[in-house]
Amino acid sequence: MNFYVEAIASAILVFGGVFLLVGSIGLARLPDVYMRLHAPTKATTLGIAGVLIASCIIQSYRQESLSISELLITLFLIITAPIAANMIAKAALHHEIDPIERTKGQELIATAKERTSPPAPETEAGKETP
Amino acid sequence: MLDIAIQIVGLILCVSLILTLYRLLVGPKLPDRILALDTMFIHGIALILLYGIAIENAIYFEAALLIAMLGFVSTSALCKYLLRGDIIE
Repeated sequence: MNFYVEAIASAILVFGGVFLLVGSIGLARLPDVYMRLHAPTKATTLGIAGVLIASCIIQSYRQESLSISELLITLFLIITAPIAANMIAKAALHHEIDPIERTKGQELIATAKERTSPPAPETEAGKETP
Repeated sequence: MLDIAIQIVGLILCVSLILTLYRLLVGPKLPDRILALDTMFIHGIALILLYGIAIENAIYFEAALLIAMLGFVSTSALCKYLLRGDIIE
């Protein structure tokens, strides 16, 4: 394998692995569920993107054609990670898990908990049905 | 060089999985455990891709894509269950 391709791919691979480790350390050590949400959803997403891009470079070089499927996985993970984090935060708010003492803006928790999605606009068919 | 990088990243992933498993077992409330499970799915994708690089085979991407989709669907189903007490309304 070409030396420069191998060096670049190895560097990106180790970069992604270090960010995966940072995300897991944050998940294990941070004191609060709302703080623990930050580590895996940001650092781990960057780490998996690094591993996937390294895999994309290596497989494209080996097959001598562009390999697209890794980019597909990267795009899917980047889209779904914030949605999953939002749903987990909503579940934590719904179960009334208290944040630690020094959290700022604690008076907004009740507002965020009571907030629901806006009502669906009334359509013509909805008005006709009694 | 690539072999050394693969070994380093494999070791890092093992340590990360142990830390995540600690949070999955200890986690005081259910959202912690769901978050740990979601993170473990992502580490599983990384391990499968690393194995695909190591054995010089490109057949494992479909498995990684399937695991990514299963991870998102299982996380959203569990959160929906915690929020509403029901999955399909």
